[in-house]
Amino acid sequence: MSADTSSAVDPVEGVSLYDVDNPAPVIEPPRKRTKKTPKSTRTNFELYGWLFMRLSGVVLVVLVLGHLLIQLVLDGGVSKVGFAFVAGRWASPFWQGWDLLMLWLAMLHGANGLRTVINDYAERPKTRFWLKNLLYAATVFTVLLGTLVIFTFDPNIR
Amino acid sequence: MPAGTLYRGREGMWSWVAHRVTGVLIFFFLFVHVLDTALVRVSPEAYDDVVATYKTPIVAVMEYGLVAAILFHALNGLRVVAVDFWSKGPKYQKQMLWTVMSIWIVLMAGAIYPVLGHAARELFGS
Ligand code: HEM
Repeated sequence: MSADTSSAVDPVEGVSLYDVDNPAPVIEPPRKRTKKTPKSTRTNFELYGWLFMRLSGVVLVVLVLGHLLIQLVLDGGVSKVGFAFVAGRWASPFWQGWDLLMLWLAMLHGANGLRTVINDYAERPKTRFWLKNLLYAATVFTVLLGTLVIFTFDPNIR
Repeated sequence: MPAGTLYRGREGMWSWVAHRVTGVLIFFFLFVHVLDTALVRVSPEAYDDVVATYKTPIVAVMEYGLVAAILFHALNGLRVVAVDFWSKGPKYQKQMLWTVMSIWIVLMAGAIYPVLGHAARELFGS
């Protein structure tokens, strides 16, 4: 059999050493999942994280830029902001929902982004571990505090 | 370019650096921002006191910087989505970056008066 029909190798790279009767050795894909693969890399977590960054990002464009427009541009900008202004907006379930969704998406998006940054730069396993735990603790705290504040807001607190 | 580095310079790398820096910055701001808003559960006075400091000229300038960071991150984020999901995205990534920067400049110019106006009035009188 001539080399130019049976070979997978481009002629430019020379005559192939292998053919049907003498196949090239099989090289395992370096990241193939095997029984020895650690548990933490057996899922598609990173794929879903990647997708979440993009989906939440698109939604956040509307939520965050709308928020900036209302808080900093319309009706006299930041000068109008105060307890009374907050009370007025959170009287409406629509704005409560807006702020709740924005809080959750922005915190999860930001936390996942920071997780990537930590993984990139903190090279010692111990440093990485502790930085990420600090990040997760701060994220859970902030999301819960913010959620509590939105749901328990009391315009007649005094 | 030094050998053996993944950092390739030019528009692609620098927009990525800016996206990362602004993302981290916004996250830290958001943390503080949830804390200050939580003061509405303490008392109207506590909240209004803190927000009063946000109306000073110095914080107005910081606010303008925050707006700059958010606008860049948001617009460039849409570009990243386009690069990843649009079949011609990678081909037009440079053009899209210049589009992002043009829109960013227009919006930043538009934000001067709303964000910095009250600070200018306070500093230079109305
Ligand atoms: C306003 C709309 C937003 C859009 C369209 C957006 C879009 C994106 C996208 C697509 C990524 C992934 C980049 C990549 O994988 O290379 C990303 C990363 C990131 N975002 Fe956002 N984002 C937005 C808002 C925010 C907010 C509010 C925060 C902070 C709370 C934030 C913090 C981050 C961080 C820390 C990263 C990681 C950067 C990196 O890995 O280099 N983003 N953003």
